[in-house]
Amino acid sequence: MSGRDFILSTIRRNLRRGPLPEDQAAMLRGRLQSHPRQLIPARSRLPRPEQVALFIANVEKEFGSVARLADLAAVPGAVADYLAQHNLPPAIVMAPHPELRAIPWSDRPLLRLHEGRAEGSDQVSLQHGFAAIAETGTLMLPAGPERPTTINLLADTALVFLRASRVVGAYEEAWDLLRAERHDALTGGFMPRNVMLVTGPSRTADIEQTLELGAHGPRRLHILLLDDDEAARTAA
Amino acid sequence: MLATSPAFKENAVHALAEPGLQKALARTKPHFHAKRANAVAALPEFEQLRDIGRNIKNHTLAHLDFYLETWEENVKRAGGQVHWCATAEDARAAVLAICQKAGARTVTKGKSMISEEIALNEHLERHDITPVETDLGEYILQIRNESPSHIIAPAFHLNREDWEESFRHAHTDLPADRVFHERRDIMTEARTELRARFLAADVGITGANFLIAETGSSVIVTNEGNGDLTQTLPRVHIVLASIEKLVPTIEDTISLLRLLARSATGQDFSVYTTFSTGVRRADDLDGPAEYHVVLLDNGRSAMLGSPFQEMLRCIRCAACMNHCPVYSVVGGHAYGWVYPGPMGAVLTPTLIGIDQAGNLPNASTFCGKCESVCPMKIPLPKMMRHWREREFERHLSPQAVRTNLALWGFVARRPGLYRLVTRIGAAALGWLGRRRGRLSRLPLASGWTKGRDLPTPEGETFFVRYARAQRRGRGAA
Repeated sequence: MSGRDFILSTIRRNLRRGPLPEDQAAMLRGRLQSHPRQLIPARSRLPRPEQVALFIANVEKEFGSVARLADLAAVPGAVADYLAQHNLPPAIVMAPHPELRAIPWSDRPLLRLHEGRAEGSDQVSLQHGFAAIAETGTLMLPAGPERPTTINLLADTALVFLRASRVVGAYEEAWDLLRAERHDALTGGFMPRNVMLVTGPSRTADIEQTLELGAHGPRRLHILLLDDDEAARTAA
Repeated sequence: MLATSPAFKENAVHALAEPGLQKALARTKPHFHAKRANAVAALPEFEQLRDIGRNIKNHTLAHLDFYLETWEENVKRAGGQVHWCATAEDARAAVLAICQKAGARTVTKGKSMISEEIALNEHLERHDITPVETDLGEYILQIRNESPSHIIAPAFHLNREDWEESFRHAHTDLPADRVFHERRDIMTEARTELRARFLAADVGITGANFLIAETGSSVIVTNEGNGDLTQTLPRVHIVLASIEKLVPTIEDTISLLRLLARSATGQDFSVYTTFSTGVRRADDLDGPAEYHVVLLDNGRSAMLGSPFQEMLRCIRCAACMNHCPVYSVVGGHAYGWVYPGPMGAVLTPTLIGIDQAGNLPNASTFCGKCESVCPMKIPLPKMMRHWREREFERHLSPQAVRTNLALWGFVARRPGLYRLVTRIGAAALGWLGRRRGRLSRLPLASGWTKGRDLPTPEGETFFVRYARAQRRGRGAA
């Protein structure tokens, strides 16, 4: 008997039934298709300005940092300042995303940007944030040709460009955006090969239960938050 | 891994006398307690989420065949392969075959308890493949040739001096007189050593916290990022997962994730929660070209429909061991196999047999703390009791235990006799300890009095007092 047959038949024997009857299977398929939400905690059910403020507070609580920027033109200066402040070289590996290309980088000619996936030698990376979740200060970074996974992982300092309009309250809302906006050619569904939910910089507490930042992934996580959402800005 | 669970009592005695372990335990326990308590207090919906989590897992287990088949279809659609393995041996063989086909020499590994369960590292080494543990805690254990003593903080039992000594011993390419000023220096050294291994590995092996039927995804949760480097950089990604990791949808997974980190480390959310679905897409710039899931049963399907079915809800958060009065004085190694603490006391007998692991469900005070903190509301004490019953039925309990239980049973089933015996016993003990209110020595109870005094009863039995209170209550009414 194959491993598959053994496992499935043991499960059915112990559940005291054969393969699931068609009507029940159809019901379960219906549940998968509608993927109902469970309980969403009240903490993120806030007006827009507070929701964005909660996101920022949670990023900072998890040892990340956020710079709020009024427009795209402010991004290159903010990046250059951050790198200078932390004594980092002005060389950045950048995700090949059209929104990142649209940033007026030429205003800061000293910044050296190259597009592609990250390598072990890269010290600073710039990723494009697909969405972010206020509930816990979490970034959603789905993989794709415009958003390589290595950009999230290999550099010591990870910069992420994010539009405030893409900050949602709960995880479910970020997944709804992904379901609605992304098509996967391989599966016909929406799931890319990889989706990373990132909350702060890498860390470990394996040595005497004491928190240290920068275990294997980035030591620093800095978010460049573009205030493109009028509703979120009003009370800020 | 060879089980030393039959020697639990000796292991425990040894653990109690080990100063390094006791130092680590004293440091760790309050840390985990406070962090979980704070995280739970900050989420008013936590209790509701526990019910939701329990229901999701119950629903999945009741339809596990359907969800496994659906999940498999979706893994295949994303270019992945599923290897169904009934036993640990099948799983080892499946992993080895994938590694050999890939021509692998070194394999990086994210933290996986299934890997410990099937003793994968030894198997790979025997076939000239070098496994490299990349979780910081697992990495030092590999250097020291030790097993994890905790399911999420595998090396919590080590102290800073152990780390320094092991690193000096292992990293011989570095100057022998280097100084570790801070813990950070230890971590940085490991980061540098392992970075080269990540980049050179041919295959990356991770565990899975969840498998999602809806999308065919596997989910890992880490704080270090080692799991992500392990599964992103090599050409081949192997996921080790057991059948009960299935969850129907992403929304269901999110509900469980809201419980997991809070129960485990007391974080609101782990740093990296990553969903992997199949192989690198045609125009992706990175990611593995092969995606395999080695799906392990190893006795779990037999738990369905048994008194131990509810154990399959476990999401391996370690809250039960973090709050266990027994675990917190003997640590994890005393339990003698992969899974320690209350969850191990229930799970280990199902995986290696009650004849081997009979001591574990007995190593409990039945205080119930484990069940009260379990995010999946698993009735751990009830299941430990089931194991004790089975052990008794199969005549595996020691003769002294059986004789005393039989004696107690005889008396307890005769209420008149029970009252008489307890009245005499209480009076006798009370008389013996009439001066100090406690006894420092008592025949047949040296196991208790060796470590602490026995408080003596103050005069009457509960029955006598209760009866009097009842009479008085009626008189007042």
